Amino acid sequence: MIAGISIYEILSVTSILFFIGVYGFITRKNLISILISIELILNASVVNFVVINKYLYPDMLQGVLFSIFIIAVAAAETALAVSIIINLYRQINSVEVKDIETMKY
Amino acid sequence: MNLSYTILIPLIPLVVFLLLGIFNKKIKPGISGYIGVLGLTASAILSFLAGYQYFFVNGKVDGIYQTFVQKTVWMKFTETLQIDMGVLVDPISIMMIIVVSIVSLMVHIYSRGYMKGDDGYTKFFAFLSLFSFSMFGLVLSTNLFQIYIFWELVGVSSYLLIGYYYTKPSAVAAAKKAFIVTRFADLGFLIGILIIGYYTGTYDFESLNNPEGNAIVNWASTSFMGLSVLTWALILIFMGGAGKSAMFPLHIWLPDAMEGPTPVSALIHAATMVVAGVYLVARLFPMYYFVEDGFALNIVAFVGAFSSLFAAIIAITQTDIKRVLAFSTMSQIGYMMLALGVSGYDGHEGVGYMASMFHLFTHAMFKALLFLCAGSVIHAVHSNYLKDMGGLRKYMPITNITFLIAALAIAGIPPFAGFWSKDEILVAAFEHNKLIYYVGVFVAGLTAFYMFRIYFGIFWGKETKYEQTPHESPISMTFPLIVLAFLSIVGGFIPFSEFITPDRAGFEAHLNYPLAAIAVTVGLIGIMLAWIFYKNENDLSDKFAKAFGSFYKWTYDKFYFDEIYLFVTKKILFKRVSAPIAKFDKKYVDGTMVGIGNTTVATSEKIKGIQSGRVQDYAFAFIAGVVVIALVFIYLWTN
Repeated sequence: MIAGISIYEILSVTSILFFIGVYGFITRKNLISILISIELILNASVVNFVVINKYLYPDMLQGVLFSIFIIAVAAAETALAVSIIINLYRQINSVEVKDIETMKY
Repeated sequence: MNLSYTILIPLIPLVVFLLLGIFNKKIKPGISGYIGVLGLTASAILSFLAGYQYFFVNGKVDGIYQTFVQKTVWMKFTETLQIDMGVLVDPISIMMIIVVSIVSLMVHIYSRGYMKGDDGYTKFFAFLSLFSFSMFGLVLSTNLFQIYIFWELVGVSSYLLIGYYYTKPSAVAAAKKAFIVTRFADLGFLIGILIIGYYTGTYDFESLNNPEGNAIVNWASTSFMGLSVLTWALILIFMGGAGKSAMFPLHIWLPDAMEGPTPVSALIHAATMVVAGVYLVARLFPMYYFVEDGFALNIVAFVGAFSSLFAAIIAITQTDIKRVLAFSTMSQIGYMMLALGVSGYDGHEGVGYMASMFHLFTHAMFKALLFLCAGSVIHAVHSNYLKDMGGLRKYMPITNITFLIAALAIAGIPPFAGFWSKDEILVAAFEHNKLIYYVGVFVAGLTAFYMFRIYFGIFWGKETKYEQTPHESPISMTFPLIVLAFLSIVGGFIPFSEFITPDRAGFEAHLNYPLAAIAVTVGLIGIMLAWIFYKNENDLSDKFAKAFGSFYKWTYDKFYFDEIYLFVTKKILFKRVSAPIAKFDKKYVDGTMVGIGNTTVATSEKIKGIQSGRVQDYAFAFIAGVVVIALVFIYLWTN
């Protein structure tokens, strides 16, 4: 609980963060940027967990624990995604989305 | 009494067939001929043994010949309706196995000479054995279904043997024609069998033929479209018989079947297979006679009489000697049919039935002999046509004499075999139906005339210059001729009426002198006319042909029946019915299915652009969808 800041303001910030992530995921042409956008989406939800836990159920810890869990999974996921991207770069010398459309049709 | 060894009679030729068929190329031609002859000899010996035991030792109980059946259940449909496999021994089946084994054995021996040097020598004997097996099986069948199976088997072996010279297009066409026409007739046979099975619940000849049995007593009164169901069934079964026996109007295959080797014509298309129809009617004779006072039997009589007249007229004009004999066969089978048709059941009334079987027996002998003689002649001059023959009596004395004996037999001149059987037929016809009797007498005259026309044409007539001097056939071919000639002479003295009658009791047959005198006179007139026309070369016959004008032409072209059938099948059935249906099928039925497929492919071609392969596009679609659904829910929720 932070004095002077209501839950609505924090949730507004996380919503903005989330939609920035979605926008970036859809519009970016670079795999790294897409990865960063995904991280933004994840972080928005992590903040949501913590804030809702703190504001609505202050005597419980599930939300906090879940946020830590998500951070761990996000780290693993990022590592995996980056390794895929590196491998892709070795193959085709590019990390642009338009160069990896061979799965089309 | 144990007659179960009769099962071996069909099985021996089957084994021979398998042996020759499987080791086709490994057996030397000469040996395969011996194997075939040996197998048939064994069958023939067993047949004679069975005949002797049955007729003279222990077939008769209380003066009536019994039926002996040995069978096992093959297929069981219901408690009563089942199909058995087995052998049935009664007077006509014994008579038939004797006929088949004699003719088949003679043809086997003859073929060793006739087919010498042919590429398919072993194959030929294999097919002959297959045919013998099927024919023995047919005559020994215990029930309608078994007879149908063997019926088709003889059809197949006939097809194989007609098409034996399979490199010759005409032989292939003839084989197909024979098979298709008889197959079409067998459709009627099959439906008849099914009707009988449906109503009476049994296929067994014994229970079907029992005049006091369930089948005849209970079901003859069930009526369908004005006739008893059993009458319909019998008419349909007769259709099958008429197809096999080349009765009008299903006769068209028989003349063409002469494309096969001549021994085949002698065996299948003269003596055995073509009389299967007669045998079938005789086999079911009590049914034919007792159901609705013999309505179906009358049809048999008239079809037989008409075919006999029709074929005899055509036979006069044909120039291919084998075709003359083919039409003569058709005419004589018509004779047998009409004899069955006018027959009664009890005692002396059954003379028609007896005469029919008698004529079947004697006809098998002298007609096989005629064909084998024709084969011998064809072997010598390498042509089927009368115009290439003439004056052969000097070159082929044995063939000449045996042919003369056979011709006298078929013309009904005493004391040859044909006289006795033909006389009985005419007696039966005279007692029951005068119209049929007159037809019979007229046909007897025609028979004598056309038979002596080809006899004089071949052995007398003009002196033809031959490129190679014809010579008498080898002993393997003349031996069967002599045996069959002997049988054609003495065959008539067998007292058939004591052995084969519808009620199995036997009666004393007497020669009816006035009728016999009329028949013989008519026959002699026929021979005299043939003598005048053809003994020496003259243009009398041409003048007469001209006098008859278009009628001669019609007869020469067999009354255009082939053309009519071709017209009906090709122009009407194929062109007017089948072709539009085929078109409909191709265009609309197939078209619908192809259309569905094509539409699917075209649509997917169009819409596959949506699948860009870019994850971001999918994500966009996904999120847009989520947003839309969320908006919808919010809208609904807030109201």
